[in-house]
Amino acid sequence: MTLYGGYLFYTCLILALIPAILLGVMQKPLRLYTLGISIVFICLVLAGDIKQLLCFSGFFLAELAIVKGYLLLRIKYGRNEKLYYITVFLSILPLILNKCSPIFNLNVFGIIGISYLTFRTVQMVIEIYDGIITEVPAFEYAGFILFFPALSCGPIDRSRRFHEDWVKVYKREEYLELVGTGLFKILLGLIYKLILAVQFYKWMGFFDGNQWYCGIGYAYLYGFYLFFDFAGYSMMAVGTSYILGIQTPDNFRRPFIAKDMRDFWDRWHISLSYWFRDFIFSRFIMKCVKKKWFDTRLQRASAGFIVNMFIMGMWHGLTISYLLYGLYHGVLLALTEIYQKKSQFYKKNKDQKAYRFMSWFVTLQLVMFGFLIFSGKFVEILNLGGN
Amino acid sequence: MKEKILDMLAEICEDDIVKENLDIDLLKTDLLDSLGFAEMLALIEEDFGIVLSPSEFQREDLSTPAKIIEIIESRG
Repeated sequence: MTLYGGYLFYTCLILALIPAILLGVMQKPLRLYTLGISIVFICLVLAGDIKQLLCFSGFFLAELAIVKGYLLLRIKYGRNEKLYYITVFLSILPLILNKCSPIFNLNVFGIIGISYLTFRTVQMVIEIYDGIITEVPAFEYAGFILFFPALSCGPIDRSRRFHEDWVKVYKREEYLELVGTGLFKILLGLIYKLILAVQFYKWMGFFDGNQWYCGIGYAYLYGFYLFFDFAGYSMMAVGTSYILGIQTPDNFRRPFIAKDMRDFWDRWHISLSYWFRDFIFSRFIMKCVKKKWFDTRLQRASAGFIVNMFIMGMWHGLTISYLLYGLYHGVLLALTEIYQKKSQFYKKNKDQKAYRFMSWFVTLQLVMFGFLIFSGKFVEILNLGGN
Repeated sequence: MKEKILDMLAEICEDDIVKENLDIDLLKTDLLDSLGFAEMLALIEEDFGIVLSPSEFQREDLSTPAKIIEIIESRG
């Protein structure tokens, strides 16, 4: 079985959500039930592969031990930087091995959702270091990490936000409203994923040549396909969460109307870009300010954007296309920052209708070109050009 | 303390208006973006020895000079 794919999954999902709705309507807590069905779904997904199931369990227990262990060290030794860096490294080590395994032709740690599970765990380590997480109940940690609706592809929830919903028991009207919103999101997600994404995917076939002009059509269709597929998946994940009483944050907000590149990242894969903003960009900038690594704010900002997005590219995978994709967006964000801070033309015209339209249009082209890089097609076209 | 915080804010936002209008919305007026926000947290740590975590607050919790002063003073 795969999550959000095939009749078996949707049948199981309906069967699993009916008791949840009954519990919710009776104003009973959903926690125990949610953790129970999460474990059942994970077992169903991994049922065919005992090795995977063992790997997954081992990974989960190791990460739990890291978080619990670090919490004890943090209480004992305070804000110790060395201990913190070692713990962060240990918690992302499985992900690093996983991302590097294609290079060495090994297939280790091919755990379902490993990237997203790592995001959720390392975020807790960082917040323990900062002193805003002071306890980690194992039961709640399991509920958070194993929460099946967002297990394999996000959205990336935060443990402190999750906690608020986890301990909450909703009033009947409040819960019914959540169920209504949840069902709507699941249905819209189905339309996105099973109708629109499938259609755009079919059309991509028309542009399968390696000539440069095929790239243009391919970029647009691939971009729309990617959006409807991923946003559809995310919406179903969020909708399912709602029915389980967890208000997982939305992951997309009409990305194709973005007015500049920064606006785009506020709308595209939001839970990821906010995660990067809070845990990489902000921390990098703070480090730069304290260590006085750069002379001007613009240099600092540009370096911040490029480092941030390059790591984001690396996280997608260590292939030329993904690294290039990350670098491309980092440079674009840096250029946007420089342009908006320096250009008198921008300051004078930014609120004009015609300017806003042009800005939207240019942004859309840049975004679509980014998708062409992401799809791997761009590198393919370049290679052929070189021969 | 209050004055020191306002000086720091004016430097980050590159605008003295933050000293005059303590309830100005720094987000809506584009005075404080993600970059400025991170710089502010670093300076708060350096100047006042108060550690605020970037993921601790929603942006709205620190959207006006008055709110920022309140949070720093409550930690000081």
